[in-house]
Amino acid sequence: MRIGVPREVTDGERLVAATPRTVERLVGLGYEVVVEHDAGTRATFDDAAYAQAGATTADAATVWSADVVVAVNAPTDAQVALLRPGATLVAMLYPGSRPELVERLAAVGVTALALDAVPRISRAQALDVLSTLSNVAGYRAVVEAAQEYGGMFAGQVTAAGKTPPAKVFVIGGGVAGLAAVGTASSLGAQVRAFDVRSEAAEQIESLGGVAVVAPEAQQQMNADGYARPLTPEQERHALDVYAREAADADVVVTTALVRGRAPRTLTAEAVAGMRPGSVVVDLAASGGGNCELTVPGERVVTEGGVVVLGWTDLAGRLPQHTSQLLGTNVVHLLELLTPGKDGTVVLDLDDPVQRGMTVAREGEVLWPPPPVAVSAAPPPGGAEPPEDPAAAAARRAAEAEHAAAAEATAAEQRALRGRRRLVGAALAAVLVTLALSFAPPSLVGHVTVFALAVVVGYYVISNVTHSLHTPLMAQTNAISGIILVGALLQIGSDDWLVTTLACVAATVASINIFGGFLVANRMIRMFRRDTAGVAR
Amino acid sequence: MTPTSVAQAVYVLAALLFVLSLAGLSRQETARRGNLAGAAGMTLALGATIVLALDTSRRPVLVTALLVACVLLVGAVVGTWRARRVEMTQMPELIAILHSFVGLAAVLVGYNSYLTAHAAGADDAAHLVEVYLGVLVGAVTFTGSVVAYLKLSGRTRSAPLQLPGRNLLNLAALVVSVGLLVWFVAAPSVLPLVLMTVVALALGWHLVASIGGGDMPVVVSMLNSYSGWAAAAAGFMLSNDLLIVTGALVGSSGAILSYIMCRAMNRSFVSVILGGFGTEEGTVSSSAGEQGEHRETHADEVARLLGDARSVVITPGYGMAVAKAQYPVAELVELLRSRGVDVRFGVHPVAGRLPGHMNVLLAEARVPYDIVFEMDEVNDRLPATDVVLVIGANDTVNPAALDDPRSPIAGMPVLHVWEAGEVVVFKRSMATGYAGVQNPLFFRENTAMLFGDAKEQVEGIVAHLRVG
Repeated sequence: MRIGVPREVTDGERLVAATPRTVERLVGLGYEVVVEHDAGTRATFDDAAYAQAGATTADAATVWSADVVVAVNAPTDAQVALLRPGATLVAMLYPGSRPELVERLAAVGVTALALDAVPRISRAQALDVLSTLSNVAGYRAVVEAAQEYGGMFAGQVTAAGKTPPAKVFVIGGGVAGLAAVGTASSLGAQVRAFDVRSEAAEQIESLGGVAVVAPEAQQQMNADGYARPLTPEQERHALDVYAREAADADVVVTTALVRGRAPRTLTAEAVAGMRPGSVVVDLAASGGGNCELTVPGERVVTEGGVVVLGWTDLAGRLPQHTSQLLGTNVVHLLELLTPGKDGTVVLDLDDPVQRGMTVAREGEVLWPPPPVAVSAAPPPGGAEPPEDPAAAAARRAAEAEHAAAAEATAAEQRALRGRRRLVGAALAAVLVTLALSFAPPSLVGHVTVFALAVVVGYYVISNVTHSLHTPLMAQTNAISGIILVGALLQIGSDDWLVTTLACVAATVASINIFGGFLVANRMIRMFRRDTAGVAR
Repeated sequence: MTPTSVAQAVYVLAALLFVLSLAGLSRQETARRGNLAGAAGMTLALGATIVLALDTSRRPVLVTALLVACVLLVGAVVGTWRARRVEMTQMPELIAILHSFVGLAAVLVGYNSYLTAHAAGADDAAHLVEVYLGVLVGAVTFTGSVVAYLKLSGRTRSAPLQLPGRNLLNLAALVVSVGLLVWFVAAPSVLPLVLMTVVALALGWHLVASIGGGDMPVVVSMLNSYSGWAAAAAGFMLSNDLLIVTGALVGSSGAILSYIMCRAMNRSFVSVILGGFGTEEGTVSSSAGEQGEHRETHADEVARLLGDARSVVITPGYGMAVAKAQYPVAELVELLRSRGVDVRFGVHPVAGRLPGHMNVLLAEARVPYDIVFEMDEVNDRLPATDVVLVIGANDTVNPAALDDPRSPIAGMPVLHVWEAGEVVVFKRSMATGYAGVQNPLFFRENTAMLFGDAKEQVEGIVAHLRVG
């Protein structure tokens, strides 16, 4: 079968759905690849490079009439008209927001797969174009911000004085947000980030950011790996967090997108609270923008001197790598669609990944797909911080060596100490056994209870946090006032001496009980958690 | 179903509640629940006991009931009064004196148990041994706690008492006790019991008197442990499983706390129990000599320093408690945090005179517990910290513990405050800390000394910060 790679006609689009390197792999799958003239020029891939990789070049009509067409953006009406019935189209189709396009594709009998509808399950990560684009956009957003910002990201101490590091606040801990966190912190900025999913905190911190915690503004995830819309109250709390953090930041990157829609995260008021010269980069501009002042595709300077960037083509501003990554996503998809590696597309609708992406087939609209549950715990695709494999291996090796050396020296001492302890324990065990075998049976029962209680006490106490040691001591003190039980039982004796002694004992023990419990309670009530959004 | 069997059942329930109580106290989130579980367990146990006591009373029930009510009333009034009135800085004293009560009760219960059984002519050897051990542990706990109380409340010198051959004295006391035990079991009478009580009281007094103030956290938790063992011993002599279980729980928990404390100071448990701090090494003077010039600073300078800082770590010590500086410190922290400064507390495990003492003081001043960190959590961050405020801490921030192998505190893990950009030490004077060891930190180039009352100085800094 023949794969057509058209030149993108959307204004300013620099991406291409296949690069010479991915063409090689498509050819390897048994396909014949036709690339439109100048399809990759704006991504620095010229026709000659494609030809060298095994593709032929042709005009638009030839490309669009191929058996399989892989494109970045959704086709125009004219391009849909060029498609052959029975052909397969792979592109970003936005079936959720553009149902009419899907219907038209179905009407002409095209099998359409939406690159932006990859289910968020681990297996599908390799073909998740949205993750790819988000990742690049998050990186580029920081680069754009760095260009606008009138200072250096890294703090410096020079002979001419010192400059503080830039403070970057990232809203959203998805792929784009995490990429922004990683990029900004590698430039030396102080990065704080917030996500309504509390699980994102760990990932934010793994990339060098500080996760802002605001429990009242955070929620759980849906079964399909996306954040659920917030309740109005949570939303209000979240807005407060954003405004507070933004006021303190030099750069704010907003990345909140819930199913293609951009919730409002930064109000005009919040932007007004920012310092002049601060920069807001709105990654959700294509969905209308998270910031109230965002104009999609425009750079806006507010009255307060804050720059709001609403670029919608951030990924396209790095066309070479984005095309390469996106092209690889396409290759992975075609590998999935070509089980025989014989250049023939076989669509398997029982596979949740293929089913999820297929929006039209044989005249039938297949959108929306049935829900897919995320099997393992989130995070969604591509969220892991990329670690250089060589560095990681070296680090592990060094650690292992160090550990082994320490182990060897410690092992000898441990063995000696272990032997001594064993002998001691054996002696003690023999003595106790001897003593107990002469004791009355009731005592043996008590000793059993005693021994078990000691063990229980040991395990219960071993993991007490340090800060609670004082209340714990007051509490155990109160509990050891249980000796009052013994004293009370002796008060009823017919010997006045015994009764008197018992009364004294009971009095002091009960002071212990009341005093201990109350004072422990008083201390415990003082401990409070900081509920405001504070760095952990 | 007899009152006794019902009481036994209730005791099982109470024992379980006590276990839950201690388990709950392991985390802040569940601590209140733990406290309530303990109180509930105690109420159940006491309720059942009172019923049982009335049921088995050999006097008119009304007299017994009246006595019980009187006793509980006095206990409740005094206990509640003390608990309400005590200041958090006095917590160590309160806990020490409460320990002594358990010890005293154990001694008295032991005597009663002996007298009752003796009158009934039921002097079997096992019971005699139990009584003997219970009184012994109780007496040691009693005087030990009283001495600890006196030391902690400043009514007596906190320096270790150094009698010649003190280890031999302790050993002799133990040998005499064993001898008296043999006598007591062979010919049961009050005399050997009284003699032993005197010896044990002296032993408890001597044990704690010869431990220096710096080791007090260990001593308090050790006495906590003893009070538990005393209760367990009472359980043995009364054949009461609830007492055994509860005593063992408290005993083992106190023992573990002591162990944790000792590990934090890098000292062996035995050496803490048996000796004063820094006395056997005898090398205190070697590192106490003049170490150079120290730099003095003032509140306004510190305020300026803090105004420029982005990250601040505060390491409090007992001095903060003495000066009651936790409130102005909390105010300072709030002020700095509202300006976006990253403020953390680094608490050394043995800061203060009681395990967790600093945490309680900070909590009292409403410092959120999630910015209070343990030593290990803070040490990694110190090199990247702009300013460290050392408030009333000395030995826990002493670099000699790492640098000077001859120092008496060598090897004790400390907060590496000197790795930070600037260190400000709040101190009354250039005197040495509890351990009597000179602190080279004060003479470091990046250290500035802020002399005077910590509370007034912190208040001064807050005032300057608000103006500036």
